[in-house]
Amino acid sequence: MKFQLQVVVSLKPGLLDPQGKAIEGSLPAMGWANVSSVRVGKRVELTVDAESEEAAREQAEEMARRLLSNPVIEDFRVLTAEQVGR
Amino acid sequence: MIAGKPRVGVVTFPGSLDDRDALRAVALMGGDGVPLWHADRDIRGVDAVILPGGFSYGDYLRTGALARFAPIMDEIRAFADRGGPVVGICNGFQILCEAGLLPGALIRNRQLRFVCRFVDVRVETSLSLLTEGLVPGEVLRIPVKHGEGQFVARPDDLDRIEAEGLVTFRYCGPGGELDYEHNVNGSTGSIAGIRNPQGNVAGLMPHPEHAVDPDVGPTGGQPLFASLLAFALARV
Repeated sequence: MKFQLQVVVSLKPGLLDPQGKAIEGSLPAMGWANVSSVRVGKRVELTVDAESEEAAREQAEEMARRLLSNPVIEDFRVLTAEQVGR
Repeated sequence: MIAGKPRVGVVTFPGSLDDRDALRAVALMGGDGVPLWHADRDIRGVDAVILPGGFSYGDYLRTGALARFAPIMDEIRAFADRGGPVVGICNGFQILCEAGLLPGALIRNRQLRFVCRFVDVRVETSLSLLTEGLVPGEVLRIPVKHGEGQFVARPDDLDRIEAEGLVTFRYCGPGGELDYEHNVNGSTGSIAGIRNPQGNVAGLMPHPEHAVDPDVGPTGGQPLFASLLAFALARV
């Protein structure tokens, strides 16, 4: 069966996110002065052909650990279709 | 003077930019530059390997993240494990970190902008394949050109890097002073380059291969290549 999954990769808390800072700096210029803690991550959409959703999920976690994220600087979460909400 | 001619391989990945300059620098400094190809499983019996600067695989996913899966990287990892000298310059440094051959990671510059200019770096150790014959405290002028050169590491890795003296170079002022202003990309501890504990693998963001020819500018890269060639020769 094919399972759609998403891997959400985010910079570790405490690590400066220059992209987030740049966006945060631009928002007041557009009238939104009440925004803080902007952080930018990335989302990887995957379709995995596996026996079960659990197996697909485990594989996605392994792929996220070994390639999609760098554990030195990033955290990740694997979301199933249900968790994504579609 | 170097008696023999060590053979130094320079790997070309899709998107490498500084492979030719690295080959030329090796030749100018008295070595024999050997072009290596990312898709080969062969390092052609070289005495040292350079992973050059550039944008391998378009910097997709993360800088250096995809190059570590190139077929030649298995050979380079085995070569490094045998004590073979391996140097990563700029994108090559990012590749070595992603491949786990060096600790830490390189993230977007603190100021968000690509930086391209000469900087001063302070030599921190003479115990590496790039700094043999150099005296700690010595200042070298070498160019940088990168958007993602801010060195970071896990706190425990950072403690180990500092405690074991694995820092090879730090960004500094003309007199060797370490401060915010001269830390060109915001690196932790102004770190510009590190080595592995054995001293045979090193990575740095500055480009010594662009600073070897007196006709075109400062020559701060010369002693690094002299050290690498001597280190490689000692193994021949």
